[in-house]
Amino acid sequence: MRKYVLDLQVTSVEQPGERYLLLDATNPAGPLPEMNPGQFAQLRIDDNKDTFLRRPISLHHVDYEKNEVSFLVQKVGKGTASLWQKRPGSTLNAILPLGRGFTMPTSAEQKFLLVGGGVGIAPLLFMGEAMLKMGVRPTFLLGARSKSDLIRLDAYRALGEVYVTTEDGSEGEKGFVTQHSVLQREKFDNISVCGPKPMMMAMACYAKQVGTKCEVSLENMMACGLGACLCCVEDTKDGNVCVCKEGPVFDVEKLKW
Amino acid sequence: MADLRVNIAGLELVNPVLTASGTFGYGIEYQDFIDLSQLGGIIVKGTTLQPREGNPYPRMAETAQGMLNCVGLQNKGVDYFCKQIYPQIKDIKTNMIVNVSGNSPEDYAECAARINELDCIPAIELNISCPNVKHGGMAFGTTTEGASSVVKAVREAYGKTLIVKLSPNVTSVTDIALAVQDAGADAVSLINTLMGMAIDIEKRKRVLSIGTGGLSGPCIKPVALRMVYQVAHAVRVPVIGLGGISNAKDAIEFLLAGASAIEIGTANFLDPTVSVKVAKGIDEYLEKHGFKSVNEIVGLCE
Ligand SMILES: Cc1cc2nc3c(=O)[nH]c(=O)nc-3n(C[C@H](O)[C@H](O)[C@H](O)COP(=O)(O)OP(=O)(O)OC[C@H]3O[C@@H](n4cnc5c(N)ncnc54)[C@H](O)[C@@H]3O)c2cc1C
Ligand SMILES: Cc1cc2nc3c(=O)[nH]c(=O)nc-3n(C[C@H](O)[C@H](O)[C@H](O)COP(=O)(O)O)c2cc1C
Ligand code: FES
Repeated sequence: MRKYVLDLQVTSVEQPGERYLLLDATNPAGPLPEMNPGQFAQLRIDDNKDTFLRRPISLHHVDYEKNEVSFLVQKVGKGTASLWQKRPGSTLNAILPLGRGFTMPTSAEQKFLLVGGGVGIAPLLFMGEAMLKMGVRPTFLLGARSKSDLIRLDAYRALGEVYVTTEDGSEGEKGFVTQHSVLQREKFDNISVCGPKPMMMAMACYAKQVGTKCEVSLENMMACGLGACLCCVEDTKDGNVCVCKEGPVFDVEKLKW
Repeated sequence: MADLRVNIAGLELVNPVLTASGTFGYGIEYQDFIDLSQLGGIIVKGTTLQPREGNPYPRMAETAQGMLNCVGLQNKGVDYFCKQIYPQIKDIKTNMIVNVSGNSPEDYAECAARINELDCIPAIELNISCPNVKHGGMAFGTTTEGASSVVKAVREAYGKTLIVKLSPNVTSVTDIALAVQDAGADAVSLINTLMGMAIDIEKRKRVLSIGTGGLSGPCIKPVALRMVYQVAHAVRVPVIGLGGISNAKDAIEFLLAGASAIEIGTANFLDPTVSVKVAKGIDEYLEKHGFKSVNEIVGLCE
């Protein structure tokens, strides 16, 4: 897929949760390029003397007709915190679309479970939107520490069934996503996961037990994001491969987990 | 438009801007962003005789105005390069230069000999300065004897333009430069990365998997510029300058210091189109100041 460096323009800035930022942006120069769920952008961090490199952020929502692309960002350090300075009208320089995204259903009969933990829910919205366009209703299983970390639930509910777990039981079932009862009740053809590594490993383990195909999205540290520097490698069964190019989405069978 | 062409020991470049090894993949990775024929040359990833897995992750740490890396020459070996990669890059309309590394003078020479057979690779850049591998790499680049032994061995095996890339992690970079010139280098390029370290204060551990890494980016520019100036004033062969170049002004500083051409590395990560912008900026500078050719400003600074 062709990659672009775009000067996007921020159209809206929202804070769906205390540590979360939702940035909507548009491409003033023309239509948005074709992008796939699970792919990401390398965002330039402006006006911060303490950061140097770009930051990889997933495509959260894409609306080609409205010329709109959104990012859901959790504040973890100096680079992500800088994005809080963006205002409607600000420039958001992005290289996109990058990497290889999630495998999509090939028929309407296939049942896909989309599992997200924390800000890992971000790429799953775009995936759900794309599935719905193909006529496949997605099922989401979203986990968070507590209710205040469960963000944008309505947007997910508008696309399909949403199951929720919180570690403190403040919303949905108490515990981790892997303990949710829906996993006992229903069988899926495919599980797509994005979240903290322990959660992804636990889901991968569950998928293996029940014999379901499972893909996870890795978050290795990146420099170029283009497959040019080899900084972001994951040690897989095929040796060291670039997460930014061969991934970030991998079939768990390829990983040494 | 000024005349941007330069000639590095017989190698014709459309302009003095090349991209640095390990930061530009095989060029293909940047094809969507720029017209590669607008570059003086592309120096592809470090290539070794045998395949190498490189160092474990994490291989990167961000620093103030720069980054540390310890990739460790991950590549699939020269055979794979010749069979699988060369066919994909041979028609790119610029000088495709291969960066060569090894464990011993014989290794380097054999790798160079294989690449000598590829028609569309007009030059190699010998990396005797990689700080991220235990054997070879920088070990050769830090003594005049080591540097000279590798360059002599390669010179016998390699007939085309031989560029030798120097390490800044030495007491006297000019001594090494003179040694490789005497051993048969057609040109020198400098600098490779500076050895550095980062520590995670929460984990109380060194960040990079092997503890240390090579520092690159704007933070190393003053050191690189000083070294390029010193070497350019000491050697007869052309000098290619690099280290922290991120815009035309930086590049012009290196040219004024005595570099006949420049390479852009880490800056490609921040802006994949920076290399062509630098070439354009050099042209604007020459026009503005009434220089007809870029060669007029090489070494102009006393
Ligand atoms: C393909 C991909 C997609 C991503 N998508 C999103 C997304 O949609 N939304 C979102 O909020 N985040 C996403 N991330 C994670 C995001 O890139 C990091 O949180 C961000 O780079 C941290 O930058 P910082 O400057 O704020 O933190 P820093 O100040 O650099 O670091 C603060 C802390 O964050 C940790 N950290 C830094 N970089 C990463 C990283 N890449 N992954 C995990 N931990 C990191 C460091 O270990 C450090 O302890 C994604 C990462 C990848 C690789
Ligand atoms: C991720 C990375 C990988 C590199 N790999 C190589 C390499 O394989 N061979 C080499 O000679 N130099 C390598 N270098 C060094 C660069 O080519 C260059 O000498 C150095 O980064 C300084 O220039 P810069 O500040 O413009 O990046 C690498 C640098 C980086 C950042
Ligand atoms: S970040 Fe450079 S290769 Fe992946």
